[in-house]
Amino acid sequence: MIAKEKITGLDVAKIREDFPILATKANGKPLVYFDNGATSQKPKAVIETINNYYDRENANVHRGVYFLSQLATDLYDDSRKKVAEFINANENETVLFTSGTTESINLVAQTWGRKYLNAGDEVLISGMEHHSNIVPWQMICEEKGAEVKVIPLNDDGSLNMEVFEERLNKNTKMVAVAHISNTLGVINPIKKMIEMAHKAGAKMLIDGAQAVPHIPVDVTDLDCDFYAFSGHKMFAPTGVGVLYGKREILESMPPYKGGGDMIDKVTFEKTTYAPLPFKFEAGTPNIAGVIGLGAAIDYLNKFEWKDVVEYEEGLLRYATAELNKIEGLRIYGTVGNKAPVISFLVDTIHPYDIGTLLDQLGIAVRTGHHCTQPLMDRYCIPGTVRVSMAFYNTKEEIDVFINGLNRVLKMLR
Amino acid sequence: MTLKEREEEIIEEFSIFSDWMEKYEYLIDLGKETGPLDPKYKTDKYLIRGCQSQVWLRAWKEDGKVRFEGDSDAFITKGIAALLIRFFDGLSPEEILNADLDFINKIGLKDHLSPTRANGLVSMIKQMKLYAIGLQHKTEI
Repeated sequence: MIAKEKITGLDVAKIREDFPILATKANGKPLVYFDNGATSQKPKAVIETINNYYDRENANVHRGVYFLSQLATDLYDDSRKKVAEFINANENETVLFTSGTTESINLVAQTWGRKYLNAGDEVLISGMEHHSNIVPWQMICEEKGAEVKVIPLNDDGSLNMEVFEERLNKNTKMVAVAHISNTLGVINPIKKMIEMAHKAGAKMLIDGAQAVPHIPVDVTDLDCDFYAFSGHKMFAPTGVGVLYGKREILESMPPYKGGGDMIDKVTFEKTTYAPLPFKFEAGTPNIAGVIGLGAAIDYLNKFEWKDVVEYEEGLLRYATAELNKIEGLRIYGTVGNKAPVISFLVDTIHPYDIGTLLDQLGIAVRTGHHCTQPLMDRYCIPGTVRVSMAFYNTKEEIDVFINGLNRVLKMLR
Repeated sequence: MTLKEREEEIIEEFSIFSDWMEKYEYLIDLGKETGPLDPKYKTDKYLIRGCQSQVWLRAWKEDGKVRFEGDSDAFITKGIAALLIRFFDGLSPEEILNADLDFINKIGLKDHLSPTRANGLVSMIKQMKLYAIGLQHKTEI
């Protein structure tokens, strides 16, 4: 069910009321939640949907002939339809439910990779990838004698497109790149990259974990082969994610896990597999999570993307300008096209010190390498402080954060 | 100073702070005051795992007592290391092994610095006790 009425312009005060946790305190101070890149908070609509599911709708899906099981199955399948519409996938069956982006990428590496990668083949990733878009490729490449190659970054955090072009060759079988960098917030020119990858005969997987809460995604327009994302970063519960794949590719891939729900017929001699999407959804799925994801999409559908994007760009511009006023502060990822994510360091002060003290002021930021150690090595830094905002964050919260940061820096200098 | 006296002194120092910001301020100052470790000891051999920041700890024996030295690239972590060193430095290996770390509870450090936090408090204590075991019958590790 898509919300009928769209809200024009963002009423952020009202949006904040939808997220109960934003009114809580941390260490006795009003919470300023700036760790949305790690996970987003959940609106009441999602929380209530999950509660209601367990209160009134819980049964296993695709099994029972009885009322409840059919109800749960309908809700579950409805979510798939909502996801398909949300990312503009042409067919519901090309949307697979997983436990998250990590599992989605592992699924592709372990099934597509197992079938199609051979010795001498290359998987091209970028220098800003999250470990979950690095390690699964290393694992399968090691097994197959294939090689992981890297697209380097320019100093401003953009990808070096000339080197990308150079490194694309007849051995490149897969290009796997983040839509938006979780550490730098940089939005990569994936549409162009997909075109280039296809021209070179390679498939392309997009890690969309950081993109889905911030910008509209249209997998049909992008023409990507795979698009992976998590529910929990887009206001849905943890433990549910999505892998979109082109039908003919998904159909050609062997199954990932064996078990119930993914079979057509089982005998001890031979098992035949169910059609898409069930072939890749062995076992009882995260039904509540999937239904919660559907509720999060309904919630997001109440807003116009252009309003969300415009508002978040405003937050990014304001926070960037305020941070740049602080002496000795360096922002990593200075390219123009960014999501509201800012990674920074101040002089040689360790991010851990800044994060620990900000926490005392009720401000939640992330510190460390953000699961992108090669990216940290690229800039020769141990980690950063990362501020990652969502459309429920405000200019006032940025002021609280900047004041807090100035206070903290005084203690540390 | 006996172990008991050390403990009481630390507890008293922390009792004057009204909030955690002040306690951290104290730890930061302690970290800043502690001299840097000779770079030749800032190696993997002395590195403590399990911290978001890097911590190096070394120990040796002098006149039957265990001496400690440490450093970190984060002030708060270095302050915590300095506090632990102040507590353990100059004790015999047996005293270190039998030492009760109740003061960590009493100054409220435990709540703020539980094992799941990335500060390495637990790893540091464990390493210091391991050094004490190692130095029971040796003077160097």
